[in-house]
Amino acid sequence: MVNNQYMETAIATRWWYACHTEDVPENGGACVKWGEDQIAVFNFTRRGEWYATDNQCPHKQQMALSRGMIGSAGPSCEPKVACPFHKKTFSLVSGECLEEEPYRLRTYPVRIHDGKVYIGVDEA
Amino acid sequence: MLMAADAMPVVVVVGNGMVGYKFCEKMVGRKAPFRLVVFGEEPRPAYDRVHLSAYFDGKTEEDLRMAPADWYDEQHIALYTGDPIVRIDRARKTVHSLKGQSVSYDYLVLATGSSAFVPQIPGVEGQGVFVYRTLEDLDMIREYARKARTGAVLGGGLLGLEAAKALLDLGLEETHVVEFAPRLMPRQIDAGGSAALQRQLESLGLQIHLGRQTKEITDGGLVFADGATLDTDMLVISAGIRPRDELARQAGLVTGPRGGILVDDTLRTSDPFIFGIGECVLHNDMIYGLVAPGYEMADVVASRLCGSPKRFLGFDMSTKLKLIGVDVASFGDPHAEGTDVRALTYEDTYAGVYKRINITRDGKHLLGGILVGDAGAYNLLHQTTVNKIVLPPNPEDLILGARGGSEAAGLMDLPDDAVICSCEGVTKQSICSAVREGSVRGIDAMKKCTRAGTGCGGCVPMVKDLITETMKAEGLYVKTVLCEHFDYSRQELLDLVRLNELTSYEAVLDRFGHGDGCEVCKPAVASILASLWNDLILKQDTIQDSNDRFLANIQKGGTYSVVPRIPGGEITPDKLIVLGEVARKYGLYTKITGGQRIDLFGAHVGDLPAIWRELIAAGFESGHAYGKALRTVKSCVGSTWCRFGLHDSVSFAIEIENRYKGLRAPHKLKGGVSGCIRECAEARGKDFGIIATEKGWNLYVCGNGGSKPAHAQLLASDVDKETCIRYLDRFLMFYIRTADPLTRTSVWLSKMEGGMSYLRSVVVNDSLGIGGELEAAMDQHVATYRCEWKAAIEDPAMERRFAHFVNAPGERDPTVAMQPLRDQVRAKEW
Repeated sequence: MVNNQYMETAIATRWWYACHTEDVPENGGACVKWGEDQIAVFNFTRRGEWYATDNQCPHKQQMALSRGMIGSAGPSCEPKVACPFHKKTFSLVSGECLEEEPYRLRTYPVRIHDGKVYIGVDEA
Repeated sequence: MLMAADAMPVVVVVGNGMVGYKFCEKMVGRKAPFRLVVFGEEPRPAYDRVHLSAYFDGKTEEDLRMAPADWYDEQHIALYTGDPIVRIDRARKTVHSLKGQSVSYDYLVLATGSSAFVPQIPGVEGQGVFVYRTLEDLDMIREYARKARTGAVLGGGLLGLEAAKALLDLGLEETHVVEFAPRLMPRQIDAGGSAALQRQLESLGLQIHLGRQTKEITDGGLVFADGATLDTDMLVISAGIRPRDELARQAGLVTGPRGGILVDDTLRTSDPFIFGIGECVLHNDMIYGLVAPGYEMADVVASRLCGSPKRFLGFDMSTKLKLIGVDVASFGDPHAEGTDVRALTYEDTYAGVYKRINITRDGKHLLGGILVGDAGAYNLLHQTTVNKIVLPPNPEDLILGARGGSEAAGLMDLPDDAVICSCEGVTKQSICSAVREGSVRGIDAMKKCTRAGTGCGGCVPMVKDLITETMKAEGLYVKTVLCEHFDYSRQELLDLVRLNELTSYEAVLDRFGHGDGCEVCKPAVASILASLWNDLILKQDTIQDSNDRFLANIQKGGTYSVVPRIPGGEITPDKLIVLGEVARKYGLYTKITGGQRIDLFGAHVGDLPAIWRELIAAGFESGHAYGKALRTVKSCVGSTWCRFGLHDSVSFAIEIENRYKGLRAPHKLKGGVSGCIRECAEARGKDFGIIATEKGWNLYVCGNGGSKPAHAQLLASDVDKETCIRYLDRFLMFYIRTADPLTRTSVWLSKMEGGMSYLRSVVVNDSLGIGGELEAAMDQHVATYRCEWKAAIEDPAMERRFAHFVNAPGERDPTVAMQPLRDQVRAKEW
């Protein structure tokens, strides 16, 4: 378990406490409610990394990405998630659709502190 | 011989766009003994203008760069951005820049590109009118769009539609496209193709106005020649390009009457020391507004400077692209007409597909064509056209899809010099010999070795097919590997996992794979582990498909369906009442399935444990409808009630369903038992079917319904129950151990060498001597079966996995909504 590790991919204006680390299954995802929005949090245990994206798949607007399988793509081992509905895959880093289709996921920075998962969100 | 840099002749490149950059790359690739000095007008190094709309889709300027700024340093290229050349002194062979630099050249390459053509319409200078050409243009459009509600693009050509996509990405409420011609993309496609494209684009939210001549641009919108108006807050003009030839003209070089720097086949201008490449030149009365011919020109000039006699002999304008998600391609002469031409068209208005091919009257050759909505056949059709390959007797198959015979086979008939990758100019011969002599085995290695497929990527499927076909022709073993993370087939991996007694996905990946896995290998390994060790799915839930992870089938709107097992389709009145009560309590839609069970739809993920707790209390078990596993064994009523029935088919079906319940396989498994030859259970449409005879039972295997129905074939006849079960044990285990992932039994059999007679020899005659082992494996499965749902609700940790929000476990997904349907409910369309 990699705790106290900072994995900031962008400058966030606010770190929001989302859930406990044990709420998210190893090498899998879970959904957290953020106001009216839904964010998918991924515990990439195998890589010791955490990621967060929108829970809604931009392809057919299904609220299900947190239930998708994660993995890696290509020689550079780009971390990715596959939507359980139609298996579109998205980079967990950039949110880009890896089938090179014009869909894009919003991604959020994540940091872990003292067994808690914090997600970097815009104040607005 | 190495020369000091100062002593090397100097090539000055005017323009640092895509083509100017490509010229530098080609010079570097040839290790050309020249010093390169590049002047660019824009404030940044060359970027990918073709994918400009990606800038609004989240790509940054950095992402779009052709090469990072330090690339030029590393290659010892002097690059001056934001400093255009303003004067050429041909007599002194010197150029002068805006910022006052003067550089002498030995050769000058003009790659000044083009600018957007802006028609002289009154009001065109007004506020809110833009062109779509540079990143600065895009920044201005983005800024202005913040306060705009509607936008319009003037021009329905390739660039216009790209610009329209950009406006869509900016989130304008309404986006219009206005085209003067009566159809979209008039250069590339015909009226039928335009109609198909228009329908697709309109369904994506674009509003399209064809045959519209714009008379005036006002503050509030456009006024057309017929007096009609269109309200819009902003306008992007994309009505074509104008070659940037002003510098050349000022220097006294010959230009065309309607613009363009005149060049010959060697790409020399009227000054032998000055070359012209890309969109700024006029070659043989053509101005090429695409990037591929520009790249070819860059290569021709680089080659000539290095002493090769290469010439530019025009360029095939065939093109394939994705416009706002819609495939559009045209090749050869898309508009060919006349008495010598037959045009075949195919249209599927439902799928939004339009295809046209133009064939010579004698039916021998393809002249060109158009593909809209589905451009999958583009590569082969394009190659068939440019290589003048003689067509098969039924040319309509080219657009209808082959009726037997594969596309890959046609590929090998291409001549050696057929250009497969037009971006990089890689021929079929180079690709095949990279496989034969260079031991290239995959697309990534091929890209490194030949650069094929590194440009637009459109040829990649074709290159992959060529690699496979060449390997086959060379007698090399072509293996179906699981995915990029495992270099093994499913059968090989199953053997490795079994021999090494691995029980977790991570262990399998560490030992035999690489990378971090994916949605292909995770469920495949999960299926292998389940088949071998029959362990509970929920122990490794995140390697399962969503259906297996939540032990229910995900349906529209993110709800799940619940299917309890009803063995043989036999159910008591009390259990029927429980199903009805549970469905009523949780607001579920109910339907009888094709497999004689009852499906309850519309369950919230968080309700699943409670639903199952009630079902299990009433004696139900998981029906595994969510898994690649045994589903149902369907039965007719058999001899107990039916006057024709020979044996008790219901009892046998229940016994078999209970024996194989929970059995994980490469794909779903279905069975059936009929009490007589009338076959009311439709057992021969199943993976295994048992039909009563006068003397016992006939066992049929490898049938299925679905998109390609197949009748099960006879494996053994007139056998008793015990023998029938023994054969079934062997058959099912043999299938589980040897089939590829997601392969039904019928497909597995069709790929088996020796077919049914081989399968019979293994199962009935035990020709491999593995009968006992297969039976033992099945016995172990039966002995270790546990209902997954029972285990799930007994373990509070597992149950917690079913909350939709981990930070608000009691709350349901608010986006799930139901609407009435007859006397029940259905999920609302998003």
